[in-house]
Amino acid sequence: MPAVPFEYHAPATLEEAIALLREHGDEAKPLAGGQSLVPLLTLRLARPAVLVDLNHLEELRAVRREGDALWIGALVRHRALERGEGALRACPLLQDAAALIGNVRVRALGTIGGSLAHADPAAELPAVVQALDGTVALRGPQGERQVPAGDFFVGALTTALGPAEVIVGVRLPVLGPGVGYAVEEFSRRAGDFAVVAAVAVVELRSPGEIARVRVALAGVGSTPRRLPGVEAALAGQRPDAETLRRAAGGAAGEVDPDGDAHASASYRRHLARVLTARALERAAAMAARRKTA
Amino acid sequence: MTDLVIAFTLNGRLREVRTPAHRTLLDVLRDDLGVLEVKEGCGEGVCGTCTVLLDGEPVSSCLVLAPRAAGRRITTVRGLGDGDALHPLQEAFVAHGAAQCGFCIPGMILTACAFLEEHPAPSRDEIRQAIAGNLCRCTGYTKIIDAIASVAGRKTRG
Ligand SMILES: Cc1cc2nc3c(=O)[nH]c(=O)nc-3n(C[C@H](O)[C@H](O)[C@H](O)COP(=O)(O)OP(=O)(O)OC[C@H]3O[C@@H](n4cnc5c(N)ncnc54)[C@H](O)[C@@H]3O)c2cc1C
Ligand code: FES
Ligand code: FES
Repeated sequence: MPAVPFEYHAPATLEEAIALLREHGDEAKPLAGGQSLVPLLTLRLARPAVLVDLNHLEELRAVRREGDALWIGALVRHRALERGEGALRACPLLQDAAALIGNVRVRALGTIGGSLAHADPAAELPAVVQALDGTVALRGPQGERQVPAGDFFVGALTTALGPAEVIVGVRLPVLGPGVGYAVEEFSRRAGDFAVVAAVAVVELRSPGEIARVRVALAGVGSTPRRLPGVEAALAGQRPDAETLRRAAGGAAGEVDPDGDAHASASYRRHLARVLTARALERAAAMAARRKTA
Repeated sequence: MTDLVIAFTLNGRLREVRTPAHRTLLDVLRDDLGVLEVKEGCGEGVCGTCTVLLDGEPVSSCLVLAPRAAGRRITTVRGLGDGDALHPLQEAFVAHGAAQCGFCIPGMILTACAFLEEHPAPSRDEIRQAIAGNLCRCTGYTKIIDAIASVAGRKTRG
């Protein structure tokens, strides 16, 4: 079905884009890669009167290293993340996560800003940003503000974005030596959204001692969930398979997923445990390698 | 809504269309320009039958709004060969009997073509991964993979 007709604007500056969004209020929507929005338009689940195309805003394409952090502009495509182009190589976790998104055509056009703004509960990039304690930078009529990932994701398809605000980019920490990471997910068919995805980051203090662990899961609630219990249980412990697996057992109890057509609640809890264990084991093995490297 | 005038290069030729912004590149190609080798399967980005190369990268034309095609280079399967000569991938699909009903084939060949540009010597498994987003309801994929692998082999030797 064709989309309901709308007025189309392709502003050349961010100020213009924000002004247009402010002028048209709830009637307007920003367009990035269109890989979530266009299906909503053609299914007529979204009927904006005005579309503000962000694709001409060169300033949203920047990628740069800022000391221990990596800045990724909102318009950076999933394919660029997957290929680890330029400075993106500093956060290879993004490479692994982006490669799991949809199909190659989705990745050619879909953007990191669009993925965070859309906030699908099963999406990979929100879970990565949540696992890394990233910061989402928003610009609106009142200026710019930095929102920690934990505050950005409010509910399913719901974020802290205010009226006429756009995501300009995201800031992630660069992973140093002694830090390993992994993404594990299960989906029904190639190209589908994950049923559950697990992102783990393991930091070693020494080869025999974990300094800190961070785990975020997608697909087990309305927002990407951190697992504070599992994380606390592993601080100071040995990074062996047995310890990691025992701690991951706690994942099932830390999430409260709903069942749906894709998977029952108990199956999602099972996946939470299994995928957390696998991600932790791979991340710990990588941390050990990167320590000695 | 006022119409926009959108110009892009289609298989090497400059084309111009007048369209409201809410139509997709797929609508414009099929309904305005008669480009019928681009097929509509799902209309949701899943099946890959509407694949075109946008500046060389495969995209779902059903998920590209018409104005996003302005100034871009669009390639369909007809743009791969030159005139009467088939592209080596097209020849391989014929030689391996890789098409049955043919509905998925234009998208499949474009996806494979872009993939081989980036990975000239892929393994069979990499080929399977590369075409995972292009659904075929007829062939069972084996002969499609054979066809792509045969061209990949040739490229590495050459
Ligand atoms: C077949 C298919 C499979 C997919 N599978 C997956 C998957 O496995 N995992 C996954 O994570 N995703 C998947 N996706 C979704 C894909 O990743 C989208 O690209 C992404 O969710 C949205 O990014 P976009 O740039 O396309 O945004 P758009 O579709 O353009 O926009 C999405 C929403 O975000 C808003 N928006 C966009 N950019 C901004 C911004 N900078 N500031 C404020 N608001 C903004 C828009 O107004 C809209 O509401 C899939 C999509 C398809 C079609
Ligand atoms: S019709 Fe576009 S992907 Fe199926
Ligand atoms: S040949 Fe019929 S769908 Fe592929």
